[in-house]
Amino acid sequence: MKRIAKIVGTDILRNRIVVVYTLILACLSWSVFALEDNSSKGLLTLLNIILLTVPLVSVIFSTIYIYNSQEFIELLLSQPVQRKTIWRSLFYGLSLSLSISFFIGAGLPILIFSPADIAWMMVLMGCAISIIFAALAMLSSIFTRDKARGIGIAIVLWLMFSLLFDGLLMFLSFQFAEYPIEKPMVAIVALNPIDLARILILLHLDVSAMMGQTGAIFKNFFGTHVGIATTFSILGLWVIVPYKISLKRFEQKDL
Amino acid sequence: MIEIENINKSFGKLKVLDNVNLSCKKGECIALIGPNACGKTTLIKSILGMVVPDSGVIKFNGHSIHKSFEYRASIGYMPQIGRYPDNMSIRGIVEMVKLIRNHKGDLDEELFEKFKLKELGNKFMRTLSGGTTQKVSATLAFLFNPEVLILDEPTAGLDPLASEILKEKVIREKEKGKLVLITSHLLSELDELITQIIFMQDGKVVFHKNTGELQVESGEEKISKAIAHILRQQQT
Amino acid sequence: MGKTFRISVNSRFYIFIPVLFCYIGFTRTFVVEKNKNIGSIKKALAMCKNGDTIIVMPGTYREGNLIIDKSIYFLGKDYPVLDGQKKFEIVSIKASKVVISGFKVQHSGYATLDDPGAIKVYDGRDVIISNNILEDNFFGIYIQYGRHCVIKNNRIVAFGIEEQHIGNGIHCWKSDSLQIIGNSVSGHRDGIYFEFVTNSLIWKNTSTKNIRYGLHFMFSNNDSYISNFFKNNGAGVAVMFTHKVKMINNVFEENWGDAAYGLMLKEISDSYISGNRFKKNTTGIYMEGTSRIIVEKNVFESNGWGMKIQASCMDNEIRSNNFIGNTFDISTNGDVVLNSFNGNYWDKYQGYDLDKNNIGDVPYHPLSLFSVIVEQNPPTMLLYRSFMITLLDKSEKIAPSLTPDNFLDKTPLMHSLNL
Repeated sequence: MKRIAKIVGTDILRNRIVVVYTLILACLSWSVFALEDNSSKGLLTLLNIILLTVPLVSVIFSTIYIYNSQEFIELLLSQPVQRKTIWRSLFYGLSLSLSISFFIGAGLPILIFSPADIAWMMVLMGCAISIIFAALAMLSSIFTRDKARGIGIAIVLWLMFSLLFDGLLMFLSFQFAEYPIEKPMVAIVALNPIDLARILILLHLDVSAMMGQTGAIFKNFFGTHVGIATTFSILGLWVIVPYKISLKRFEQKDL
Repeated sequence: MIEIENINKSFGKLKVLDNVNLSCKKGECIALIGPNACGKTTLIKSILGMVVPDSGVIKFNGHSIHKSFEYRASIGYMPQIGRYPDNMSIRGIVEMVKLIRNHKGDLDEELFEKFKLKELGNKFMRTLSGGTTQKVSATLAFLFNPEVLILDEPTAGLDPLASEILKEKVIREKEKGKLVLITSHLLSELDELITQIIFMQDGKVVFHKNTGELQVESGEEKISKAIAHILRQQQT
Repeated sequence: MGKTFRISVNSRFYIFIPVLFCYIGFTRTFVVEKNKNIGSIKKALAMCKNGDTIIVMPGTYREGNLIIDKSIYFLGKDYPVLDGQKKFEIVSIKASKVVISGFKVQHSGYATLDDPGAIKVYDGRDVIISNNILEDNFFGIYIQYGRHCVIKNNRIVAFGIEEQHIGNGIHCWKSDSLQIIGNSVSGHRDGIYFEFVTNSLIWKNTSTKNIRYGLHFMFSNNDSYISNFFKNNGAGVAVMFTHKVKMINNVFEENWGDAAYGLMLKEISDSYISGNRFKKNTTGIYMEGTSRIIVEKNVFESNGWGMKIQASCMDNEIRSNNFIGNTFDISTNGDVVLNSFNGNYWDKYQGYDLDKNNIGDVPYHPLSLFSVIVEQNPPTMLLYRSFMITLLDKSEKIAPSLTPDNFLDKTPLMHSLNL
């Protein structure tokens, strides 16, 4: 298990795309902090970039990587290795290497330039998003043999979480504007990992006051121990559920 | 050693394996032959657990292989078209497989040396020709002294010299009492090797016979001709 | 030469003697000191007459409620402590022309009905309260029906936690011509409270960390407040139901919270807001029902909203201000534009200036689509910084369709004003 995860991990870390991704993140982060005179504004700018690129790169790269690992998977399958081990190794390898490149690219500058609590929050969220989208990629790639379609699904997933979901949420909030929608809004928004990460970070960035009652509800809930536990359970579920489904399918899959 | 009982497999509507029953024993060298798309590769992949049959049982040394993986430590598999991670070198692949297998016994590096892969060790898999890739596949299949060798179209793409090296190797291994399962549609190649023949068509096993029996039945010396004879008989 | 000089000295001396004599003869000075002749303030208060001076020596005096009903100088030496033991109003001034200075007044009583203060002026004129330290009182300085009173250089600190359990720092009610100068107030409900106070000046005060407002201002016409510093108050500064107020060179900073404003204006007319700095407030200026206000030469920096202008505002002119680094520069809930924007600097402006006159050639729309959406539907703020919102805002900037298209600054500046 460990051996294979290590092989996958080092293979991904040597991958040119991951190196480029790390470098781009690093360039963006360092330049944002260099250009913005106060770190809180820099963090906000960076937040936008991160919430856009990290899920996109994670999901697409992971999908492509899994398709490209077909040979590797086949090779392993003829060896005395459990299927579960192979899939898990791929997942661990992907999550770990994406998290590492996020940490090196964006995490380090964030930790250097920003106050510790918010910085760690952001690093944690960045890693969580990377892992969640790696899991979603595993799901999208197991459902179809066709690489192009798999990547298509990955992009749709990304679009859904970073664009369509929010659009729908806005639509709903206007449809039900007459009602006290703050609490349902908070509940719904927490279902989207990107939104959840975004708001958790925003709440640490003083912007919470601008969020009025909704922000207060969010803070009141997600600031408590139960809230934090809930947050991490939701994020955890976003990792576990897609991964487990994909694993089930992989165990049945013919290669 | 390998018992296959009532295996069925469909890909969508296409029935690829239709109630296949086979039994393979130690020391045999079995040729699995048949026209294209007759289910040979699927059968092999079923044995390896790469394809999961819809129904039926495959037993390896008396134990069902379903949800088991350890048995594959006793199998060396050479795929029809070896596909390897592009960005790894030959040495990298070999080392990786060694790492994965975590093999305790002696390694059989004969083919690695005879195919002169050592000199090519630093070449990346994506730069290799089909033949060289096959050499790598063959090396890997024999590397761990497995009890069972499953070779899917082993000589396809190999130059005559390499082909010869491989054949000699197979004969030697067979003589050591190993079970060798070979698919090929070039019948002439197998003459010197095989002791049994399994002929498949449309997912069914048409016959499973000793070469001797076959030669007697058809009155032909050469196995390839014997098979052709039998096929002709069947068609008429 | 020498002779002339001597004469002049002599003549002065002769003039002075009677003056000095009068002074000594008709006003007296009482020194209050523990274990001395006059051991209690109450005793001195009983003995003194109008124009007398009471000097209180250092020590802690727990004498309950001190009532000053004569025009006296009531002075503390090295901040003697007047302690109300959490039971009494400490100093009640019920006369005019009283000077109280140099005390440390602490622990006043607490009552919701009669609002006890550390120093309370009942219907007085020309009362001067200066250089006192007020600590942990219910109300600090309380003036009702005061005229021409001066409150100067006092330090007022309380440790209030809840709005209901603490009074205001400087509380002025139904008064006229007051001068509130150079005081610092913190930890009270409202730092400075004005209700029905007219023709008064609030100058160079510092009001920080008060639970509700730094300055709370109602029905108080014709007042000015100048060069004050308001920071970190629960809800900022509120000015309501008033006309003709001048607010000049004040600093409104870090009034950050759910319902906090740098400056909240409600039903204000004919007023002038200039040279102020609004920095890091949730909302720089919130305007509701204001009319004919001029807002000029102010700096709005790093606020959530620079200005929130409700639809009930009209004929206000916002000109020559700097808007820098605000999340939203302007927000409004209406679609009719009754206020004008001219010659402001907006850091989000992306236009060009071909004729190099420092005025952008294309008008600036200070209203972002998202600010309009949020104004209509506050819960959508939850989507702040979401990718979709960024996209929407960008497309709206290029082709305004949902924001009122006449809501614009036709002469946006290319460079920030030096304010």
